[in-house]
Parts: sequence; C-alpha cells; structure tokens
Amino acid sequence: MAQTQISLTVNGKAVEASVEPRMLLIHFLRDKLRLTGPHIGCDTTHCGACTVDLDGKSVKSCTVFAVQADSAEITTIEGIAAPDGALHALQEGFREMHGLQCGFCTPGMITRAYRLLQENPNPSEAEIRAGISGNLCRCTGYQNIVKAIQYAADKMAGVQEAAQ
Amino acid sequence: MNDTVLTPEQRTDQLEGIGCKRKRVEDVRFVQGKGNYVDDLDLPGMLYGDFVRSPYAHARVTKIDASKATALPGVVAVLTAEELKGVNLAWMPTLAGDVQMVLADGKVLYQNQEVAFVVADDRYVAADAVEMVEVEYEPLPVLVDPLKAMEPDAPVLREDIKDKTEGAHGPRKHHNHVFTWEMGDREATDAAFGKADVTIKEMISYQRCHPSPLETCQCVASFDKVKGELTLWGTFQAPHVIRTVASLISPIPEHKIHVISPDIGGGFGNKVGAYPGYICAIVASIVTGQPVKWVEDRIENLSTTAFARDYHMLTEIAATRDGRVTGLRVHTTANQGAFDACADPSKWPAGFFNIVTGSYDFPVAYCSVDGVYTNKAPGGVAYRCSFRVTEAAYAIERGMDILAQKLGMDPAELRMKNLIRREQFPYTSALGWEYDSGDYHTALQKAMDAVGYAELRKEQAAKQEAFKRGETRELMGIGVSFFTEIVGAGPSRNCDILGIAMFDSAEIRIHPTGAAIARMGSKSQGQGHETTYAQIIATETGIAAENITVEEGNTDTAPYGLGTYGSRSTPVAGAAVAMAARKIKAKAQMIAAFMLEVHDDDVEFDIDRFRVKGNPERFKTMKEIAWAAYHQVPPGMEPGLEAVSYYDPPNMTYPFGAYICVADIDVDTGETKIRRFYALDDCGTRINPMIIEGQIHGGLTEAFAIAMGQEIHYDDDGNVTTASFLDYFLPTAVETPKWETDWTTTPSPHHPIGAKGVGESPNVGGVPCFANAVNDAFRFLGSTHISMPHDQWRTWEAADRLGLHT
Repeated sequence: MAQTQISLTVNGKAVEASVEPRMLLIHFLRDKLRLTGPHIGCDTTHCGACTVDLDGKSVKSCTVFAVQADSAEITTIEGIAAPDGALHALQEGFREMHGLQCGFCTPGMITRAYRLLQENPNPSEAEIRAGISGNLCRCTGYQNIVKAIQYAADKMAGVQEAAQ
Repeated sequence: MNDTVLTPEQRTDQLEGIGCKRKRVEDVRFVQGKGNYVDDLDLPGMLYGDFVRSPYAHARVTKIDASKATALPGVVAVLTAEELKGVNLAWMPTLAGDVQMVLADGKVLYQNQEVAFVVADDRYVAADAVEMVEVEYEPLPVLVDPLKAMEPDAPVLREDIKDKTEGAHGPRKHHNHVFTWEMGDREATDAAFGKADVTIKEMISYQRCHPSPLETCQCVASFDKVKGELTLWGTFQAPHVIRTVASLISPIPEHKIHVISPDIGGGFGNKVGAYPGYICAIVASIVTGQPVKWVEDRIENLSTTAFARDYHMLTEIAATRDGRVTGLRVHTTANQGAFDACADPSKWPAGFFNIVTGSYDFPVAYCSVDGVYTNKAPGGVAYRCSFRVTEAAYAIERGMDILAQKLGMDPAELRMKNLIRREQFPYTSALGWEYDSGDYHTALQKAMDAVGYAELRKEQAAKQEAFKRGETRELMGIGVSFFTEIVGAGPSRNCDILGIAMFDSAEIRIHPTGAAIARMGSKSQGQGHETTYAQIIATETGIAAENITVEEGNTDTAPYGLGTYGSRSTPVAGAAVAMAARKIKAKAQMIAAFMLEVHDDDVEFDIDRFRVKGNPERFKTMKEIAWAAYHQVPPGMEPGLEAVSYYDPPNMTYPFGAYICVADIDVDTGETKIRRFYALDDCGTRINPMIIEGQIHGGLTEAFAIAMGQEIHYDDDGNVTTASFLDYFLPTAVETPKWETDWTTTPSPHHPIGAKGVGESPNVGGVPCFANAVNDAFRFLGSTHISMPHDQWRTWEAADRLGLHT
C-alpha cells in the first residue's frame, strides 16, 4: 500500500518515517517507534489507555492517523520524566498514593493528568474527576488516582507537605 | 550503619514486613511506561493472527472459501477446522470436562464464534484478509433464554453430544442439559418449609456480565522447529496450568513448553481459561515456523471470552414469625452458553455455590443447580470472586432483605438475629462448609455505628412521608449486606484442576550477601505480589523487603503453581512463601548457633537476627548468617540457604464483611446517586493495608458497575448488543462513588500468618449492597424485588410500574 512521508517530534526527538495513510498513531508509536508505554484497551475511543499529548492537547492516539500527526509535537509517557531520569511529580504521586494496580491504564492516565494540570494547575476534586473521565481504570476505583493528581498539583505548586 | 544502635522498633520498620504500608515495587516501571505486557513483545519475523467470526448465533457452516484471502500479499496462512483436524485440535477440552470447538466444525453456536484464523505479516493485512474469507451459513433456530433450554421442543444445540446421557458431572436429562448439582438435605429442608410460620420465594437473576480487564486476552506463540520447543507468552492468570494443558493436547512434551506470563493488565477471572486464540496461535506458529501474535480486540473480548454469572436463582427462605431463619432452598438455572467452559475446580460444576447460606445460622438447607446450553458465548468465570460466590451472596442477601420486608423487620435487625455467633466457630454450615473463624456481630455493629444507622432510618422515614405528601420526588435507600467469602481453593481433598491438586508454591533463595529471590506459583495481574510476598518473607526471615526480588510467571523458573484467581494468592501461595521462609529460618538457626558456639536451642529469633537466649548482646544477623551459609556451615550440613514449599491448605479461608450504602433516587429520571458507601472488611492478618484499601476500592467499583449497569445482553436472535464500551458500562471517575473503608481483624486459625485474602470480597459484598439500597428505596411502596442492573432506565421503569409517574 502507498506510503506517506511524515516528520514529527516525539518526546523531544525529531522523527522521520514513511507510513501507510491508514496507520493509527497508536500503532505507529508502539510498533514503529517501539514506544510501548501507551496501550490499547478498546476499539472505540472510550478507555484512554492510548492517551498521548499532541501539540498541547490530550488525544486518544487510537483515533488519530499517524499522518495527521505530521509536523506535530508529541509527548508520551516515556517523555514525561526529566531528561536526567528524575520522575515527574505525577509519576511520584501515583506511586505515593497507590494510584495504580495493574498499570495498564497508568501511562494514559498520567499523560492525561499531565495536560490537565497545565490547563488547570489547582483543580478541585470534581474538576480532576471530570478531567480524567475519558480514561478508564478497572483496578483502583479512581479514589487514589484523584489523590495522586492532587499530590502532584500540590508538589508542582511548591507545597512541600503533600496529602497523606 | 551499626545495627546495634537501632531500637527493636527501628529494626522492625527497616524490614517493611507484614503490616507495613509499603510502596509498591511494581510502580517504578509502570509509571514510566516500562511495563512489559504481551502486546509489547516484538520478535523477529513475527506474524499476526486474526479471526473470521460468525455473524450468526446458530447456523450451519456450509462453505468456507479462503482463496481470495490467501492470495492477498502478506497473508501466510488461513486455518479452518479442517486444518486443525490434521493435528487433532479442531476441538479442545474445557476445564469443566466439556469440549469446545476451536474453530467452527460444521456449525456455529454463538455470535462471533471463531470460524477461521488468518495469519499475515502485518496487523492491517490480517484484518483485510479476514474480510476476504467467504463463509456460507445456513441459519438455525436460536435459543438464548436459559429457562426455555430444557423445553421438549427446544432446538438441539450440541449435536456432538445430543445422544449422550452421561456428562462430566453425572446424568443428562435433556439434549441441552449440562449437569445437575445438588447439596444439602432436601427432605429436611422441605419439612422445615412445611412447618414454617413465614416463607419467601423470589426468582433472583444475576445478569450475564463480563470481567473486562483493560488489557484483553492475548498471546505470542513461538515454535522452534529445530529444538521442537514451544515458547508461549500470554495473559495467563495460571501459566503452569496452561503449560500442562498445552502438553496434554499436543505432541509437545511438557519440558519443551515454556509458558511466560509477563505483566498482565488486569484479569478479574477473564484470563484463567484457555481460548481458541491461544490454540490457533500455537498451531499457526508450528505450521509457519514463525512467531505468531494474537491480540483480542475489545468486541471479541466482551462477546467471546469468559462471560460471568447468568445465574437464575429461585430463592426460598423459611423463618419463624419472630425472624429466625429455619430453612433455605435455592434452585438455580445456570446458563453455560454453547460449551461448558467454566473455570471451576474440576469437581465443582457450580463452583462453591453452596456458600449460599451466607453468614446465617440455617439449621437446614438444600440447593440444586441445573446447567444448560444456549446460543451464547461459553465461559462462566469467577469475575472478581471465588467460584460462584458472588451469585450466592446476591441470592442470600436479597433474600434476607425480602424476608425482612415480609416480617416487617429492619434488615439489619434480621441479620443480627441470624448471624453465626462468634462462639459457633469453627462452624459447619448446612451445605457442608467449615467456616474457619469469624466475629460477625462485632463487624455489623461497628458498621452500623460508623454510619449512624438508626439516624439514617429516621431520615429515610421522614423522606418517605415527604414523598407521600408530594414534597419531594426523591427516594432514599439504605442497603445493608453482610457477606462471607470462601476463598483459597483449595485443599487437595476436594479441589483440583484436571486432576492437579490446588496447592500453591514458593521457592526462596537467600544470596550470600543476604539479599534474596522468591519465585512463586501464583501470578499477579495488578495485586502487587512483588511487594507483598516480600513483606511476608521479611517478617519471617528478618531480611528487609527491599532486598528481596519476587518473580512470577515463568514456568521454567517458578515452582509449579495453580495461579491467581479466587483470592487464592494470599491464602495458598502466601502460606507457601511463609512456610518456605520458615524452612530457611530453621536452617539459619542452626548456622547461627554454630557461629555463636551454642546449642541450636540456645538461640532465638529476634526480628532480623538470632541471639543467644538470655544474652541478647551475642547475636548473628541474617546478613551474617547468609554469608556463613556459603562458607562456614556446621559440619555435615549442606551449604546454601534456600527452600521450596508446596502448600496444600487444610481448609479454605472465610473473609467476611459488613457493608452499608445510602442511595438517593430521582423517581422521575431513574437516576441513582450513591451518597455514601461504607465497607468493613475482615481479611484476617493484614499484610499491606495500603494495598488492601486499594483492592477494596477497586472491588467496590466493579461491584458498583455490575449492580448499576453492566450487562452482556443478547437479543432474541442471539445478537450480542453490548459488545463494546459504548454499550457495556465501565464507570468513569465521575460516576464512581467515594469509598469509606474500615476493618476488623479475625485471623484465620489455620493459615501460617492468619491471612485470608481480600481482593474479591468487595465485589461479593458490594453487589448485593447496592442492589439492596435501590430495592430498599422502593420497599415502602410494596416493591419486593427489582432485578439488576439498576441503570437509570430500569430504575425509571421500576418507578413507573409502581405508578409513580401518574
């Protein structure tokens, strides 16, 4: 099948590739770039396990073609930590607050929360719940995910004592 | 650091042992996207498999033409039942003693059944080729209602066994009959009903639902033709069982099969069984000589692998006028779908459904279960519960509420009156279980006090009056449930899978520097085993948890185990790891005594060391002992410090709990708001309270999902109408209630550390609690039983039936 040339930035690195126009962004990231952090959990854009950051917006990469990401800037879970490997406040928060169990939704959830906290650095609990409502979790019941995001918001706001 | 300056408390804390809210080891990789799940695997030359599936629920397959598909560039093979017959794998045995088609052999029996398996060098090409396989069907009459399955003129579904009068579990009395299973004393129970003051009888149906972990079922099969060896990576909750099954149904000897379960993205029972996808991937790899990946999509997952429930329970309770229960009788029709592929211990075709007497002191009881075939997908797994326990809990807990209503009693008061008393443990139930321990009244009283139960009932009464006066359109429901789980299958005397006793296992090796690795027969799917087993070893041996690696899922390195489901990891594998640790400790004691130049009996264990009795300044730390084990063992002793334990539990464990839910229902929209949910769990000794709380949050959320919306629904033609997340309810953070958790601790008397298991309790207790809350809201209007799921539409309909919209 015909291939289309695309160039984009993924986690700060320039990427050039030729892809089939029908290839989904999630398959491009996972199968071609071997960024296997974002996952596939459904076929209908409900679960959000494939969430990545695309030009400053959270998108479900199972509903975006790779060719639509031409010239875009993408961040996946693999690009959330600092270049020196230091964990992002969200990554730390999810561990501290027991915000994950099987870990399958976690990359999408953290990537979504990463954008949420830039849109709204000091969200209320209701705003967090609404803000992550495009991301499904089957293990945690969300309560500790909310706490994890609050932990990160507090930490990012410079508050030293995070929630218990 | 000098250990001697630390206090005993500091030394204990350093271990991060039992009782510590230890942060999870697993999280470090998961939060960075560095988990290792099956679909992350990429092998050189790997091919992709995809299924052609039946659009019909019941039809003859008259022709399969794969010529166009095989001509498509990139397509390597198309398998049908004909190809599989060549290796004797067109059908496969199920765990329940039945057989199941791997690929349609002459007919299809449920919608989306596997008809052909396309193998291509690319996912997209495989999907294209699926569309190009031409299949001709001749539709047959469809049977979806289990209550009609045994009517005389019901369509014949299983032509392969239509004349068989004997099934895996006894006589068959109809061509769509699978088994009859009975427990208890029927005559004595009938007699109790005959002289009862009060009886209730209600058909309590538990809808078909699905575990739906976020990661679907998937595998990669790689057959090495030179060595004749198969490596199979997959989402297996029980990898050793998969290896044995693979060996039994293929010519490959078991030592040449390597099964690996990497990280698993949730299981909840979905990943216990063996599915056609696994068999087809294996055969395709053998045929092509290349690795073959099979990844189920969500529609395939919801419509073909491992449904749960579909139990229809005619529930009767007999009682005295003052509210003492005198008998329980339950007849269940179990819809098994097209093949009996229940993942139960072999001798238990209806699982442990005979826990249906619940937490109450029934003097007599009788239950029977008839399994039937229908044109629905096979399965019948324990979705976040021990085998058929949530069904039983739903029946008895709804039944108790209905009885309370008939008696004019408060549901909590009725429960208090009938709960098994503390002094009755160990308690033998009328249906044959020996409950190991419990303190039920304390738990229920604590729950009632915590929520201010009496005040809630007053508020409800006031709201009901206001509703009658037309001042509000909102009803308030208070749901109470008290559950007893039965987990930790199980003793070899009554539990096996394919003849293999349901023990579990652990192997611990202490390295010379005092670090350790433990390998387990269980397999985490998110439960945090890498964290919690290390805590057990830490407390038992005095080696800090941070110095212990826990490894699971590789059948070449792990000791044989039966896997993780039915909350059996802590009761069985958790016991095995404690026993293995004790073997190590016993050897360490001898080494320490030798090093200290005293008799073995003159040293005693103290947190992280052995010390001389009466002289605590003389001691050897476990770190020192570990080093000595490799260079200075006593004469005649073998060097090294390792142990294996295979643990055959003497009994099940019986976690219990008391849950209370407060719901507010808008009768005009049917919307139900969960105002409050309080869950008290008693899981015996608590290994990691943080993980326990997380498990309870998750289990309650799944209970909420089931009670309030989940249903795998079929129309009359056998079309599954809820096969995607568009229609199948998975709650988001917005709908999910906030959870309050609490506990009491009644250790199991027979488990080495007193632990009972907890992951599934909240689902077992939660489902009836939500259902009771919704039903309780309508109770004062004369409503007896509204069936799950309590979604907005059904709740509106219930209100409508009661004339509330006129």
